[in-house]
Amino acid sequence: MSDTRILVIAEQEKGHLSSATARVLDAASQLGGSIDVLVAGSQASEAAQQAARLTGVSGVISVEDSAFDHMLAENVSALITSLAEPYTHLLCASTTSGRNVMPRVAALLGVGQISDVIAIESADTFVRPIYAGSVLATVRSLDVKKVITIRPTAFEPVGEQSAASVSSADSTGDQGMVTFVEEQLANGERPELGGARVIISGGRGLGSAENFRLIEGVADRLGAAVGASRAAVDAGYVPNDLQVGQTGKMVAPELYIAAGISGAVQHLAGMKDSKVIVAINSDEEAPIFQVADYGLVADLFQALPELERKL
Amino acid sequence: MKVLVAIKRVIDHNVRVRIREDHSDVDLTHAKMAMNPFCEIALEEAVRLKEQGIADEVVAVSIGDKSVQEQLRTALALGADRALHVSSDTAVDSLGAARVLAEVVRRETPGLVLLGKQSIDSDNSQTGPMLAALTQMPQATFASSISIEGDRLEVTREIDGGLETLAMSLPAVVTTDLRLNEPRYAKLPAIMKAKKRPIESLEIDTLGIDVTPRQTLLRVEIPRERQAGVRVDSVDELIDRLKNEAKVI
Ligand SMILES: Cc1cc2nc3c(=O)[nH]c(=O)nc-3n(C[C@H](O)[C@H](O)[C@H](O)COP(=O)(O)OP(=O)(O)OC[C@H]3O[C@@H](n4cnc5c(N)ncnc54)[C@H](O)[C@@H]3O)c2cc1C
Repeated sequence: MSDTRILVIAEQEKGHLSSATARVLDAASQLGGSIDVLVAGSQASEAAQQAARLTGVSGVISVEDSAFDHMLAENVSALITSLAEPYTHLLCASTTSGRNVMPRVAALLGVGQISDVIAIESADTFVRPIYAGSVLATVRSLDVKKVITIRPTAFEPVGEQSAASVSSADSTGDQGMVTFVEEQLANGERPELGGARVIISGGRGLGSAENFRLIEGVADRLGAAVGASRAAVDAGYVPNDLQVGQTGKMVAPELYIAAGISGAVQHLAGMKDSKVIVAINSDEEAPIFQVADYGLVADLFQALPELERKL
Repeated sequence: MKVLVAIKRVIDHNVRVRIREDHSDVDLTHAKMAMNPFCEIALEEAVRLKEQGIADEVVAVSIGDKSVQEQLRTALALGADRALHVSSDTAVDSLGAARVLAEVVRRETPGLVLLGKQSIDSDNSQTGPMLAALTQMPQATFASSISIEGDRLEVTREIDGGLETLAMSLPAVVTTDLRLNEPRYAKLPAIMKAKKRPIESLEIDTLGIDVTPRQTLLRVEIPRERQAGVRVDSVDELIDRLKNEAKVI
């Protein structure tokens, strides 16, 4: 469809373009048509240069204004709606920012929103998981403008091209509705869950925050990211941003190791698209074994230190 | 301050979902239904605000056919002061729900609207921010803690990188994450009493709102199940297979 015009809303932090952008562009290119990317916030112009080099991008709009830092929904949605007119599709990754901003954008435009798309069938038809991923729904959007969030792990990152042009647009500024107070971000010593090639996750079976070091020990050997079940997060073993599952992060690494995790459907929703799954659990009946390529029935307090030693 | 809480009736989170033979939709006949877990957390937070003397009235609202009254009665048993049923024989989507809730906000003028961050059926995570947009209120999604002083609201949000705290003035829309609180269970006497309490009712058609669905469901399917693989006998065998068979380490 030649009249398809797509605007991809990219996230950036301190001038670094989010790695999900290249994957959202894969989804965008499957829609056909021209693709612009919007980058906003302090140091947006640096991130805009990175976006311009991603394959398929025809133009980048850079809006450098600190009002858009932290992707504050009130400010970012005002900016997006001010630019939306020529576009048929507005796309963003289904990160916590995308899920915060895009429904607000849709409602301001008077259209519906399609969340967490994992496959594009055509310019108006999309596949998305429902009921914790236990069902896949194919939906057709009836709206003239389609506001969509894309599950990054369901798409491949696009490659590089010679840089497309970068232009700037007027800032819609601070709407004066919210103020950012503070943030507590995980220190970035280990790979991020979203982009990791290997993930090792621990569950309630670990028993304490201290014991979670067993998971970290193996993670360090493998250069892996660390994840967790909801039970482990609720019990305070690890911070919330490590939760994998229906209401946490969706991951699809090459290798996912689940230790001391039973395999509830809400957890499986977040990791069952991993290429290879390993389960370590002392209960041979644990449901996690039904999705595991390699199952080790063992006490994790023995298996994890041994794994760390022998890797 | 009045707190409005939106409640959705969904399939119980322990039930395995089936689909119809013709793949036209999920099959909910005879399925056990319950209040969406995130709505329970929203309601619990509202009731706690009342117990702390910050809220003086908690109004629960649900949209749907007659069956949603069951969840509204649960809300009354859990501490809601009033229950409002917006009756609709057809299901509304997120935008439709947000438009209905915006009309309820216009009539009730709450100081705070609490919703679950997502419902565990559609997993959309849309209604809260849509309502905030339609009512021109600030929004704080995925809340893991809330504090209110006067008309200033501070919310800590669970975001991908960790936690973020935002400040805004009321009225505002807040959507709740899992760790905001642990909802209480309704006590039997309260459940009995709630059976006799009135539920206010509004016909969706009388609101003058367009709730036509924005999407059509073409088909549903059960994703291809993963096959269970092999059991390994030792850590050595596991490492060997990961290296030489799966070639992932
Ligand atoms: C609305 C809703 C949303 C949810 N969202 C999520 C989500 O996003 N992510 C998520 O993970 N969950 C989620 N859950 C929770 C989910 O239902 C489960 O309760 C949770 O995943 C269980 O975590 P777990 O497997 O660590 O704990 P458990 O189910 O308690 O399992 C612990 C496992 O550890 C094993 N074990 C114990 N000791 C040892 C040992 N020494 N050696 C080896 N194995 C051992 C046990 O055999 C058991 O299988 C959600 C639930 C609801 C209702």
